[in-house]
Amino acid sequence: MVSPLDRKLFRDLARIKGQAAAIGVVIALGVMMLVMMTGLVNTLDETRRAYYDRYRLADVFAPVTRAPERMADRIAALPGVAAVQSRVAGAALIDMAKGELPVRAQALSLPDIGLPRLNDIFLTSGRLPEPGRSDEIVLLEGFAKARGLKSGDKITATMNGAKRQFRITGFAQSPEFLYSTAPGEIVPDDARFAVFWMRRAALGAAYDMEGAFSEVLVALTRGTNPQSVISAADLLLAPYGAAGAYDLKDLFSNRFISEEIRGLRVSTASIPPIFLGVAAFLLYIVISRMVRAEREQIGLLKAFGYTSWEVSFHYLKLVLVIAVLGAIVGSIAGVAAGSSLAVVYQLYYKFPFLVFTIDPRSFVIGFGTSILTASVGSLFVLRGVFKLTPAVAMRPPTPPDYSRAFDLAGAMKRWLDQPARMVLRRISRYPGRMLGASVGIACGLGLSAATLTMMAGFDTTIDLSFTVLDRSDMTVVFTDKQPPKALLELGRMPGVLHVEPIRVASAVLRNGTYSYRGSIEGRPELPVLNRVIDTDFRQVPMRREGLILSQTLADILHVTPGDWIEAEIREGRRPVLRLPVIGTAQTLTGAPAYMELGALSRALQEPEQVSGAYLTIDANRTEQIFERIKGMPRIAGATLKEDARNALVEIMNTGPASVRFVMLAVAAVITFGIVYNAARIALAERMRDLASLRVMGFTSGETSFVLLGELGAVTLVALPLGSALGYGLTYLMVKGFSTDIYQIPAVFSPSSHGTAVLAVLVSAAISGWLVKRDLDRADLVEALKTRE
Amino acid sequence: MNPREILPETGSIPRPAFAAKGLTKVYGEGSAAVHALRGVDLTIPEGEFVVLLGPSGSGKSTLLNILGGLDRPSAGSVSFEDSSLTDMDDAELTRYRRDHVGFVFQFYNLMPSLNARENVELVTEIARDPMDASEALALVGLDQRETHFPSEMSGGEQQRVAIARAVAKRPTVLFCDEPTGALDSTTGRAVLKVLTDVNERLGTTVIIVTHAASTAQLADRVIHFADGTIRDVVLNDTKLTAEDIEW
Repeated sequence: MVSPLDRKLFRDLARIKGQAAAIGVVIALGVMMLVMMTGLVNTLDETRRAYYDRYRLADVFAPVTRAPERMADRIAALPGVAAVQSRVAGAALIDMAKGELPVRAQALSLPDIGLPRLNDIFLTSGRLPEPGRSDEIVLLEGFAKARGLKSGDKITATMNGAKRQFRITGFAQSPEFLYSTAPGEIVPDDARFAVFWMRRAALGAAYDMEGAFSEVLVALTRGTNPQSVISAADLLLAPYGAAGAYDLKDLFSNRFISEEIRGLRVSTASIPPIFLGVAAFLLYIVISRMVRAEREQIGLLKAFGYTSWEVSFHYLKLVLVIAVLGAIVGSIAGVAAGSSLAVVYQLYYKFPFLVFTIDPRSFVIGFGTSILTASVGSLFVLRGVFKLTPAVAMRPPTPPDYSRAFDLAGAMKRWLDQPARMVLRRISRYPGRMLGASVGIACGLGLSAATLTMMAGFDTTIDLSFTVLDRSDMTVVFTDKQPPKALLELGRMPGVLHVEPIRVASAVLRNGTYSYRGSIEGRPELPVLNRVIDTDFRQVPMRREGLILSQTLADILHVTPGDWIEAEIREGRRPVLRLPVIGTAQTLTGAPAYMELGALSRALQEPEQVSGAYLTIDANRTEQIFERIKGMPRIAGATLKEDARNALVEIMNTGPASVRFVMLAVAAVITFGIVYNAARIALAERMRDLASLRVMGFTSGETSFVLLGELGAVTLVALPLGSALGYGLTYLMVKGFSTDIYQIPAVFSPSSHGTAVLAVLVSAAISGWLVKRDLDRADLVEALKTRE
Repeated sequence: MNPREILPETGSIPRPAFAAKGLTKVYGEGSAAVHALRGVDLTIPEGEFVVLLGPSGSGKSTLLNILGGLDRPSAGSVSFEDSSLTDMDDAELTRYRRDHVGFVFQFYNLMPSLNARENVELVTEIARDPMDASEALALVGLDQRETHFPSEMSGGEQQRVAIARAVAKRPTVLFCDEPTGALDSTTGRAVLKVLTDVNERLGTTVIIVTHAASTAQLADRVIHFADGTIRDVVLNDTKLTAEDIEW
């Protein structure tokens, strides 16, 4: 048996269904963002963990030039080591079709029989190379897909100076290569870097590694500090050209995905609360208005003998139904959106499977926030219910008192007609309510402005990196350090216009406990093709005295110009340098450290050498240049700037950063929802006044002015407020979206704010039109007869 | 009171303010249909004080709303002076209300954000030939309270402001729907006094809907409603003043 009060509840809900739906949607969107984003973070985290676990990804990687197999046993005997797997790893160049650059590749060995103990691969199709076959390979699936290669296809690769032909027997995914990036590049690109696996004997023969390995992988026992094993391994392997063992967290692919998960986590902690907060605020405004409108019925219920508690609980239930339904819809939508986005991520990160994990806490938080804000908002209003005596409630309401309000309209009597005065008086009589509506709209505007600014920030990043800084057409990387005369050879090629050298020395940069595994880039004194600039876009010349750090790196290391940092060079003699920081530079990709080329060579105590070059080329001769480069054994690879740019754009548009598109849509819906609600509330509150005006003979346009004038004023106040709010929100958002690979600048973007303002104005115009239509359709007589 | 029944209309009245023929109003459809008016024929002469009497739901308010241009009949026709209200579109009805009609409701419907004078000015600003707002307020005896806001006035005072607002445009017709419904007898009498004054001094046709039979003692013409039809029309020869009526 449904109680009459509950029946009233459902009828009331049906009556206010439009508005209830609008509030419900805003709550649902807030909860959806929360559930979706926490779901994504957890899913990515769990999937990664499970993938690493199932395919036994190593904890420590120790590359060497060439070490005898017995050294692997020595490392296995180190305390804390659970398992080791030695392997042969070598650089290769895969020939592509005519007119295309060869692709850099990494060749890795599989044991001659069976699967590796560590860093196993997931065979997506085909089979492993037969033991004893030296012409069979398994290819990284991402590359194969990007290049349209099929099982059974033949490819030619240059390994250790010799060309060899291989047949592809299968494709694989590997936890080690969730992201594949050519050495020396920042942005992953499936099409421009390949990994292939061969049997150990075959690969060993190709690289003269019989009975030896070039990398040992180490799994640690639980609780072992990787640093102690790294130090011990470095010591053991030092005589064999150890490049320095490193931790899983420094594995590029893992570092990249960790950064993305971290960014997503920051976004998850900052963005859904903003959306939920806005929803909560809106809910409060609407509920207070709803309860005010129910005044007479409250009196009636009390007159029948219902207690204040019962009456309050009745209205609370109404609110809770909206909040809970909103939260349920939001949770379902969040799970749906989260799981479909996770599938997109699965493709993007190349996980062989997905451990879809929803954090139950996100439901609790989502429901809790919705219910709490809804209840607090209505309890605040329902206090009035306790005070109201039935008799007072049922008498015709006393007109709201305008006599004590600050009378701006009276002061401006001469310039205003009565309708304008009504608008102004209401605003000065209820500044709180008006400000509330303004703040609500400002929240929507701020959300949209911040989201749009952030979107513009992505473009800024691309633009700064590939137009302002990098003015070259192509980057060439040598297989190994070369004397400067290698540049002359490049410069002599027909079609090459300018050549600018670069020397990259990989290094761990340290300031006390802060460290960063990156590199020092040696540049000419005044780089022209790939420039270094400060925040005012002035070029920063390289100086001999020390390092110029990108601001990102300076922030990571907590240093400012004038400080000294330590650089552990990870190549050659592996010296440890102490270098002064003499300046900072603006970059939005990576976290580079720059030094003058000559000064770097001196610091490394080596003759001047280069590791690559930036080129400008004659676009008509691109193909010939590629052909020439293919024939140059010292060139490990070449990248067109356009390809690198496209790869970054692709990452931004398909990776976690793609959440920003969902955010923009949500921000737009919320903005419209808020403006529309503000208009509806104004209409509901003023229906009687407006009907009176119509009855007196005011035209529908004149009457609408009283209503829409208020909406207009509220909206105008909201504009600067929202813009300021958006400015602040931008900082919160970009922090979450910036990663190791790229940073999103939080720059004020007038056009983004302009667009957001326009969106609010359009929302206001549409809302105004919708409520005006309702006003025109309203039953005047009914409106006048009902008491408030 | 010595009522004299005349049925049907004699046609001796020189100029009718309203003439209605076969007015029908149906709300809803099918089995849920409610017939508020069932073919009402009616003539109201200019300048009369008319009271529509009848129980709730008898159709008197519906008729008032149709005559006032707030609602349209489902069938039948009604004309005001020489124009047909039934043929007017929304804009023309708005114009009709603006130029000819004043309304007074049970719940005053003043703008809380405007003081007494400003509430009246709301109308005088858009009317063709309005009286001064002060004059209208003096007419209802509130010239001393011009700057007071509705929240500072009693119910009777608020209703008098509503009347001042309604008459300030010098309407041809003043419609009142239960104007004393929310008032006690003393303030009710004062309000009725204002309405008779307006009728006598300005020549405004006043049409009042009420179910307080006592109000009929003031009327030139009393129209009794029952079940959506006119039961009878009574011409009253012995009008009382507002002070003298029984409450």
